[in-house]
Amino acid sequence: MNWQQVINGLTIGSIYSIVALGYTLVFGVLQILNMAHGEIFMMGAFIGLMMVVKFQAPLPVAFLAAVLVTAILGYLLERFALRPLRGKAGVSHLAPLISTIGVSIFLENLAHHWFGAETHPFPVSFATISYQIGGVKISLVQLTIFIISITLMVGLSLWLSRTKAGTALRATAENIETASLLGVNTQKIITLTVVIASVMGGIAGVLVGMAFNAVSPQMGLEIGLKGLAIIILGGMGNIKGAMVGGLILGMTEVMSVAFGYSGYRDAIAFLMIIVILLIRPQGLFGQSAPQVRK
Amino acid sequence: MLTVKGLEAYYGNIRALKGIDLDVKEGSIVTIIGANGAGKTTTMKAISGLLNPRNGSIQFMGQDITGLRPDQRVSMGISLVPEGRAILSGMSVLENLEMGAYHRNDQEVKQDLENVMDRFPILRERIHQAGGTLSGGQQQMLAIARALMARPKLLLLDEPSMGLAPLIVADIFKIIQEINQEGTTVLLVEQNVKQALKIADYAYVLETGKIVTSGTADELLDDSRVVEAYLGGGHSS
Ligand SMILES: Nc1ncnc2c1ncn2[C@@H]1O[C@H](COP(=O)(O)OP(=O)(O)OP(=O)(O)O)[C@@H](O)[C@H]1O
Ligand SMILES: [Mg+2]
Repeated sequence: MNWQQVINGLTIGSIYSIVALGYTLVFGVLQILNMAHGEIFMMGAFIGLMMVVKFQAPLPVAFLAAVLVTAILGYLLERFALRPLRGKAGVSHLAPLISTIGVSIFLENLAHHWFGAETHPFPVSFATISYQIGGVKISLVQLTIFIISITLMVGLSLWLSRTKAGTALRATAENIETASLLGVNTQKIITLTVVIASVMGGIAGVLVGMAFNAVSPQMGLEIGLKGLAIIILGGMGNIKGAMVGGLILGMTEVMSVAFGYSGYRDAIAFLMIIVILLIRPQGLFGQSAPQVRK
Repeated sequence: MLTVKGLEAYYGNIRALKGIDLDVKEGSIVTIIGANGAGKTTTMKAISGLLNPRNGSIQFMGQDITGLRPDQRVSMGISLVPEGRAILSGMSVLENLEMGAYHRNDQEVKQDLENVMDRFPILRERIHQAGGTLSGGQQQMLAIARALMARPKLLLLDEPSMGLAPLIVADIFKIIQEINQEGTTVLLVEQNVKQALKIADYAYVLETGKIVTSGTADELLDDSRVVEAYLGGGHSS
């Protein structure tokens, strides 16, 4: 193993972490697997791409547009696919899972229709710039991805632990009824959670587009499965678990390619997840007792 | 201060409350007593907004609050210490207390934090410990302290003495009395009838979803039916 692979692994892994954070936030607060997360991620990638290609917008503007659109998508998802099913007598707890699958199919079809089925390259003006540090080459694209991901992770952690709204989100995740008795408008917190998760997905979409120089309507499915695997690996609803899990998955993928098993990259990565789960069934940071909704 | 009229609540088809009328005067301690399953918790849930009654109205300080969310009622001055305490077990004692003041934006939150820690010194000792690691009695104190952080005008307490050792129970009742003397109106649900009647100004007896008797604490202590059902039979609490 060499430092070059570590850098590559951390870059990819940090994006995975961002994707997984989106899943884990929603799961933590709503105990729902948001199956539309991957497609919101894909939409973010396309919005970023369109801004760069169609409107020749600079990268920050592309990110801003992706943030805006995925925030709206997150709001709509909560308002029309999740809220109507919440707290109603007789609604199966699997209903939100199914409705988010519906939204994911809808978004993928929409992307097909608007952007076509093919894979689009993601042109980045500074794609050829890279720095040599010791024996390690870091491209400016990698550096950008890394800085944005780390900023998001640190920012989210600080927001959750230090701010009033972040604390209210954690309280809502722990016990929604108690949070409401303490004066929290839990409906607002739920909406905020889904919006934040979607925005993280959207930003990750642009980052993946940049990292792999490829954007397609199907990209949400693969990343979605990886995100789900990561939150199980890290511990359902656990923030730290999502971050560490993403980095582990990224490293494993890069390592398996480096050791010549590139054809088995995903298989090896998932095999490793299964092995970890056999040793720690609750996930890396999960509670040993299954967390039940109070 | 609080007027409940014709309150009816259902769980599915189960009629848990069959038309309840209650009146809580400002500055008083009012208690609701009744056997298991009588509907005491359901009544508290309806008053705090956790549960929507099918019929009836709830008025608080002259305003109809029947349709309001729990958080809106907290802002108006109604705080519930629920049955079983509902401590946020993954959060520290300090975070639990801070969450109690969630709806407040005034400058006195810090001072109130000091005040509740003076009242419950054990909480100061455990301030950075996770709420879930406190003992039952400590959790009850935290739950009351947390509710006080909201500066309620009306404090709802659902069986605060449940599962506590007699010495701590006495403590809790003393504290409830103190809180009341400082100006907070208290509505108290209790199975510890003797203690409850000792500190209460007025009491309601709830049986299977209906108020069967009510009166001042002294009146109820003179009521042979009440004494027999809730205080007598060699069953001392
Ligand atoms: N979530 C629920 N679903 C169905 N029935 C319920 C539910 N909660 C309470 N009930 C029923 O409503 C009735 C009143 O319950 P409630 O909890 O208000 O009683 P309580 O007076 O607080 O009893 P306890 O002293 O045991 O706490 C009971 O018959 C109970 O079985
Ligand atoms: Mg009860």
